[in-house]
Amino acid sequence: MTPQAPPSRTPSGPSTLRAVATILAKDLRVELRTLQSIPAMVIFSTTIYVIFRFGLDRTRLEGGLAAGVLMVTILFAALLAINRLFVAEREQGGFEAIRLAPVDGTALFFAKAGALLAYLVALEVVAVPVFWLFFLGDASGLLPLVPVLLLLDVALAVTGALISPIATNSTARDLIGPLILLPLLVPPMIAASAAGERLLAAGGPTYERYGTWLGTLGLYDLIFLLIGWAVFDHLLED
Amino acid sequence: MGPRVVRNGPHWAERDQPVPAEAPFVASVHPVADHATDEASAPAEGDATPALALAGFSQAYGESWVLRELATELPAGRTLAVIGPNGAGKSTLLRVIATLLRPTAGAVSVFGCELPRQAWKLRGRIGYLGHAALLYRDLGAAENLRFHARLFGLPDDGAPRIEELLERVGLAHRVTTRVGEMSAGMIQRLAICRALLHQPELLILDEPLANLDPAGAESVAPLLGPAPGRSRILVTHDVAAALAGADRVLALDRDGGVAFDQEAARVDPERARAIYSEAPLSR
Repeated sequence: MTPQAPPSRTPSGPSTLRAVATILAKDLRVELRTLQSIPAMVIFSTTIYVIFRFGLDRTRLEGGLAAGVLMVTILFAALLAINRLFVAEREQGGFEAIRLAPVDGTALFFAKAGALLAYLVALEVVAVPVFWLFFLGDASGLLPLVPVLLLLDVALAVTGALISPIATNSTARDLIGPLILLPLLVPPMIAASAAGERLLAAGGPTYERYGTWLGTLGLYDLIFLLIGWAVFDHLLED
Repeated sequence: MGPRVVRNGPHWAERDQPVPAEAPFVASVHPVADHATDEASAPAEGDATPALALAGFSQAYGESWVLRELATELPAGRTLAVIGPNGAGKSTLLRVIATLLRPTAGAVSVFGCELPRQAWKLRGRIGYLGHAALLYRDLGAAENLRFHARLFGLPDDGAPRIEELLERVGLAHRVTTRVGEMSAGMIQRLAICRALLHQPELLILDEPLANLDPAGAESVAPLLGPAPGRSRILVTHDVAAALAGADRVLALDRDGGVAFDQEAARVDPERARAIYSEAPLSR
């Protein structure tokens, strides 16, 4: 066999942004190809609506109850995606492959958060209209609900991406993940539900403290993005 | 004594060392000398920095010690074969050297980078072929390699290199086949491509011919062999191959200690085979 000529230069690592794009594109390609997470999230959400509809014996929800049902459903659907995304990465050696490459480990954090965000947005494109069909007589509160949902999605995605490496390192990952994650998600859930309560009120949306709750969600997102940026590389270690 | 808890500096170092060409898997006891005329790509003989240096290195999983007081040194450009019975800690040793596990005690240095504190400097310089293929089941052969090529920053997303490697391991006709649909032998060949993609300075091979039939083993052997500028650490149960293809042999006993650590040319094959017997050798 003829020895290969040495290349002109040794490879150097890509920028963090390019590494994020590479990992995110891989995750989205795998999801589009296998449809493992998003359909499961949609089916799960619809099932929860059916349970609430018959459990509460109500065909119309408004105010805090409507917001609570919607936000809690999104939260639990997000847990499905978070677990699946990270367990698959660990089982297929993705964490190790990335630690061997000349890339900043935080690229994985931002990529996973981006993938979770994409999953949640895709879920809500279906789940929110279904929620409207199941429980709402008036759609006027849905448009101002979009920023609330987007900021909640970022909170779920960022916190999930931050906590999941800890959970997936554990043999009790199915238990540890939610146990750590759910308490951390109480603040954004309170903020999103409080904003949604007024937007889904019986007499139509009101905007009392709307900006405050959006600001609270945005601040939470920012804090957890910064925490993830600072510590995620260390969480990848065994 | 516990490990130092310092790791992952701000960024990885830019490299300017030459990248190896490739030669047969088991070809030469002194591969560096074989290619000494190629000054552009030969390892620096005068460079005293060893590829690997272990001193008093021990490794534990929880309360259980799997490696005890290892000490050895591998000059750059040479090959170290690690042999020993199942459970001796060979794969654990490789994972520590590959920066995937923190050393529990003692000193581990790779190309002068102290682990775990300077592990970040080694990112991109090591090619690791372990028991797990580190490939995504739902991506095709070329897609997997392209993903890794992008993470390693290869020019043109590694397209020419990927094409060449797939051709050489006999997977050129399987570029779009998903890993989940491949046989174990095909996955092993693809994993070898993944480990070699960025032409690493240190190649860490944990039973690289596992799952390969004779034809498959023959196709990958030239890729995995000694090459100028390449250091190798090889775990194998094939004692004859270890002695023929390595410069140094580190034999581990069942307790994770050093049974012997010698130049390959001076190892008695019978003694090497004896470490696989039930009774541990006296150290």
